[in-house]
Amino acid sequence: MNTASFISPVIQALPPSGIRKFFDLVAESKDIISLGVGEPDFVTPWHIREASMYSLEKGYTMYTSNYGLLELREEISKYLARTFGVTYDMRTELLVTVGASEGVDIAMRALLCPGDEVLIPDPSYVSYMPCVVMAGGKAVMVPTRVEDEFKLNPEILESMITPRSKILMLSFPNNPTGATMTAEELKPIAEIAEKHNLVVVSDEIYAELSYGEKPVSFAALPGMKERTVLLSGFSKAFAMTGWRVGYIAANPDFLAAMVKIHQFTILCAPVTGQMAALEALRNGETEMRRMVSTYDQRRRFIVSGFREMGLDCFEPRGAFYAFPSIKSTGLNSEEFCERLLQDAKLAVVPGTAFGPSGEGHIRCSYAYSIDQLKEALKRMKQFLATL
Amino acid sequence: MTEPTRRSILAILAENNRLTPEDIATMLGLSTEEVVNFIHDMEEQRIILKYNTLINWEKAGEEMVEALIDVRVQPQREVGFDTVAERIYRFPEVQNVYLMSGGYDLSVLIQGKSMKDVAFFVAEKLATIDYVQSTATHFVLKKYKQDAVIFEDQEEDRRLVVSP
Repeated sequence: MNTASFISPVIQALPPSGIRKFFDLVAESKDIISLGVGEPDFVTPWHIREASMYSLEKGYTMYTSNYGLLELREEISKYLARTFGVTYDMRTELLVTVGASEGVDIAMRALLCPGDEVLIPDPSYVSYMPCVVMAGGKAVMVPTRVEDEFKLNPEILESMITPRSKILMLSFPNNPTGATMTAEELKPIAEIAEKHNLVVVSDEIYAELSYGEKPVSFAALPGMKERTVLLSGFSKAFAMTGWRVGYIAANPDFLAAMVKIHQFTILCAPVTGQMAALEALRNGETEMRRMVSTYDQRRRFIVSGFREMGLDCFEPRGAFYAFPSIKSTGLNSEEFCERLLQDAKLAVVPGTAFGPSGEGHIRCSYAYSIDQLKEALKRMKQFLATL
Repeated sequence: MTEPTRRSILAILAENNRLTPEDIATMLGLSTEEVVNFIHDMEEQRIILKYNTLINWEKAGEEMVEALIDVRVQPQREVGFDTVAERIYRFPEVQNVYLMSGGYDLSVLIQGKSMKDVAFFVAEKLATIDYVQSTATHFVLKKYKQDAVIFEDQEEDRRLVVSP
């Protein structure tokens, strides 16, 4: 039996994740230190873990509503209102998902017809393009540039719009670049969305990790709520990656369509995770702010470290990534990362793992202690001196 | 320097006092000089009292016994508990002294080489101080957590080395 021949051509044609390839390389190495991790170094705050254990003791082990626990949706609704000034009805406009990742998938599947185009900032998170392709859409990568601090440039965006353009994917604060966009900077993007009648799927999983700026939601821009599918979750802000709990906020029509897919494929997000998320929203904001201010300190530390050793590094104002340029070394991103790993035992991720516009850059996570960052910067500096 | 920034410097030092003023300046977007001056100021005002290292002495193989003593005191006119507290905290064996609400007045942490050592100190030195009415000695058997640090079972980094 030729098992490989049974695989769907769509899946066969999907390129494997560039991260995966690099992960395998790193996993084989010894004594490395890594700035390659895309999740908080903090363990989920204890009160959240404790609340989930208590829910198990009380016997909360059943399915919840397809939409997720109503109490949780109520807290999400309040949280979005107080944090971003945007209001969603907990019964018809909110869905609890298995991470924001599920949100990307079901948003695309609910909205795309074969051949519809989705505009995706490049570089950005690795799952957008595959989710678009698996939903039968066409991914159109919109380059972002270091001279724009990797913000989405309205002119470049508009030049790539065609009659088939249906969705604009937004991902700010951005993984891997750390770029953010202020309400002012999003305004021309909103105008383009309106002019070309685009749906905006906005992945705001890193919104709380905005430094020196108030977190913005695209849905809070005037007139944008109706055309926005807001994706977020608890992974980054509350250090809850492994719990896999996220949510979608969208107009009732979009939401009902996504709930259809969700109910037949997922049924509901795990109840223990939902209980943990409930505790996070009720009592977790103080601890969240403490983590955010710690990331901010590390952010300044790593950016200043890169600049001191002569690497160009624009100032990232969100998420927990710095995205320095390594063009001055004459190496491309992949070569640089492979040699850095071999020679200096330091793992960072090539910018190209997140799209072609990441070429010439490397993603360095600063979700590490200052002492670990110091050691990593030391290795980087020594490595640069050998080039 | 804003109040939150001042508090951040103190919090950073309380967490890790091996960071240099240069490090702290970088972390908070300040000049090194500002941080140096602020720390100097804090030391002078005795807001920063000491740069400590927390050591697990038991694991280091050091023979050491600690006891918490509940001390009941007859307060003195005009000076309250302070004079008695001072008579107690001047002894080098005494590590901590707190004035407490509730069933007794002073909580005293004593360090000694052996149980006998500590018991002798309580009987001979502490209980005999004027206005000390009674003492109750509780020996520490095991330390699980001190100064917000858990002694065993430190949470290690369980993340994958590379993830998207």
